[in-house]
Order: sequence, then structure tokens, then C-alpha cells
Amino acid sequence: MDETSLEQKFQEKIDNDVRIEPKDWMPAKYRQTLIRQISQHAHSEIVGMLPEGNWISRAPTLKRKATLIAKVQDEAGHGLYLYSAAETLGITRDEMIEQLHSGKAKYSSIFNYPTLTWADMGAIGWLVDGAAIINQVPICRCSHGPYARAMVRICKEESFHQRQGFEILLTLSKGSAAQKAMCQDAISRWWWPSIMMFGPGDDASPNSAQSMRWKIKRFSNDELRQRFVDMCAEQVKILGMTLPDPALKWNEVTQHYDFGPIDWNEFKNVVNGNGPCNKERLAARIQAHEEGAWVREAAIAYAEKQKQKTLSLNASGGVAVS
Amino acid sequence: MQNLVRKNLYGDYGDKEMAGAANDEQAKKSSVPEWPLWEVFIRSKQGLDHKHAGSLHAADAKMAIENARDVYTRRQEGISIWVVESVYIHASNPTDAESLYDPANDKVYRHPTFYDLPDELKHM
Repeated sequence: MDETSLEQKFQEKIDNDVRIEPKDWMPAKYRQTLIRQISQHAHSEIVGMLPEGNWISRAPTLKRKATLIAKVQDEAGHGLYLYSAAETLGITRDEMIEQLHSGKAKYSSIFNYPTLTWADMGAIGWLVDGAAIINQVPICRCSHGPYARAMVRICKEESFHQRQGFEILLTLSKGSAAQKAMCQDAISRWWWPSIMMFGPGDDASPNSAQSMRWKIKRFSNDELRQRFVDMCAEQVKILGMTLPDPALKWNEVTQHYDFGPIDWNEFKNVVNGNGPCNKERLAARIQAHEEGAWVREAAIAYAEKQKQKTLSLNASGGVAVS
Repeated sequence: MQNLVRKNLYGDYGDKEMAGAANDEQAKKSSVPEWPLWEVFIRSKQGLDHKHAGSLHAADAKMAIENARDVYTRRQEGISIWVVESVYIHASNPTDAESLYDPANDKVYRHPTFYDLPDELKHM
């Protein structure tokens, strides 16, 4: 079969909501797009452990500490589900890690902001994980089987992340004046970066149309962003806090919240490596990887030794004499 | 360790600069091979069969099971884990699907509903 008819058959499958599995034929561009998207997603989970890991040793109670450890463990797990989904597309784990460390692969720019106070743990759970959930739920129906299955598992676990975050903020919102101020400050700092997590506006997102045709993407960036704003604008009332946007207002005609312009220059700057923590985050990842090298080597050497032992044992009849 | 040895023995000044010589970065990468990939199967509860959960990297089977516990059963998803190195999984080719599964398509008589029996017939 030639390329064109293969591609036609492929698109037919997509149109009929048939999932694409690792051994199925797929266009090179589809494969590339997915490798880029899934590996970026995996890197985001891995780098995403850093801002929160920062607060494990300083969590205010044992309960909060246990929760935060569980959450960071989940992020590690999510990274691993995604790396193995990407590996089915023909890229190795080492290649992906190399791309992260060299700066060739990106990760979500939200993790380049610092976590200054305990309230940031709440704001990250509520806003950052909230935005991630809105982004991720549609990917559970993505046309690529391994990515969709990884995402189902991730979404199931993500809901706890968002709820524990909101609970942290709710507790602070009922606390002392200083705690309330801390709560508001965290919301104010994390709001705009969270809004930017949905990516550039539809008019500035040239690859979206193709991703939609391939059903890697189900909704546009702006649609998802609007959904997030509508949700948070209501939820913030329960906290008795405000979102830092004077233009935020319910619109009777559209039945949505209007919101102010997004500072895309800031977004571009952070994506291009000039956010407050870009260098620190990458340096921490590289350091962890390099310092773990001897463990990886030792484990391989040990496994090899054990294998040799078993082989010689089998060769001598396989019965150990005690 | 291997790196250090290599450096002391061969890695003196000039190697890096020679055409075709591996630079430090490549030497580091090739000295640590990737841990093999394993497929993980999990029995969610007694009485059910093991189901494919995903894959992961580990140096040996014992580590693969321990990693699978951490990666795939953080919320009581399983009570038993199988791991098998991915290279040992042999899969059918999707392009053979037609010839493999077509023969079953026209054998409706293998299903109980194929047989037309009177309504009065009970318990069958």
C-alpha cells in the first residue's frame, strides 16, 4: 500500500474513533507530534516535583506532610506512565532525558515560578492541578491508545491533588489576618501563570488544527481556558478571596466570564528560559541524574553478576548443593 | 567508576579534540546502558486474571516488581504482580489482522443465538 492510501486508512480509523496502537501504521508527523507532546508532558510531571518538594520538610502538620509526599510521589508516577507511553513511539528514555537536560525539550512553564509560602501548595493544587485536569480529561479520549490509557490513570489520581490544594486554601482563608493575606497573595501570584498553562490563543496556535483532525486534541486552547476561568471565578467566592483581574466579570450574553488580556510576553520569556526558576529547575534535574549514575551502573553490574551465577548454576545441572 | 578508569587510562588531554573521538558527554552516555524495559501485569483482586498495566525500566526482575509496586499500585490497585522483559513479548502484526481473524467472522453457528428453537422450550 502506498503512503497516501495508508494515510487515508489511518484518518478513517481516527474519524471512526478507532484507537491507534503502537504497532499500527501512523504518519511520521503524527508520531513526532505525539513524541513531542507526551515527552513534554512527562518532563512537566518530573520537573513539577521540584516546587512542591521544596515544602515537604516544612509542611505545617504531619497530615499535610504525608499528603504532600503522596502527591509528589504521584507526580513521579505520572511522569513514568507518560515516559513509557512515549517509548512505544520509538524514542528511548535516555533520549528523552537528554532532550530535557539539553533544553531541547520543554516542560510546562508554570514550574519555573518559585514557591514562596506554604499557601503556594494550596494555590498549586487548586489552580495548577485544576488547569491540568481541564487540559488532561479530554486527552483520556485521545486517538493514541497508550497516551489515552496513561491519561485515564493520571486523571483518576489528579482529583485528590486539586481537592487537597483547595482544602489548604480553605483552612488559611478561615485563619488569622496574616494567614488570609498569605492565601490571597498565593492566589494572586499563581492566577495568571495558571491561565497561561492552556497555551497561546487559538489565533496564535498553528498546530492545533492538525492535532484536532488527529484527535490528539479535542478542544481548543481558548475553549479550555474559558472553562477554567468560569470554574475558578465561582470557586474563589467560597474562599472569600479574589482573582487578580479587574476585568473579570460575568457576561449575561455569552454566559461566560469575561477576563482581561494575558501578558504573552511574560509567557514567551518564561518558555524561552528567562523565568524566575528556569536555571534552578534544570540544574536540580541534571544534578539528580548525574548523582544517580553510580546507582544505575551498580544495579546493572549486580544484575549481570546474578545472571552469570544462574547460568553457571544451570550449566552444572541446576541443583544447588546446600 | 568505569568513567574514571577510562579517563585515567585513555582520557587524557587531546582525546576530546581528536576528530571522531567521543566527547565526554557521549562517553558518559555509552558507559551506562539503559535499564531494560519490563511489561507489568497486575491482578487487581483474587479470582481475576492479571491485566497489562504498563511498562517500566529496571535492572532485574526483583527491582522490576518493586518498581511496579511503587508505580502501578499506590492505591491498592493490585494484590499480585507479574513482570516480563519487554523483549520477550511477541505480538501479532496489525497488518495480519484480516487473515488472522477473518475466518471467525462467518461462523455465526458458533454462537447459541444461531439456533432457532420454539419459545415453549424452557431452561435452555
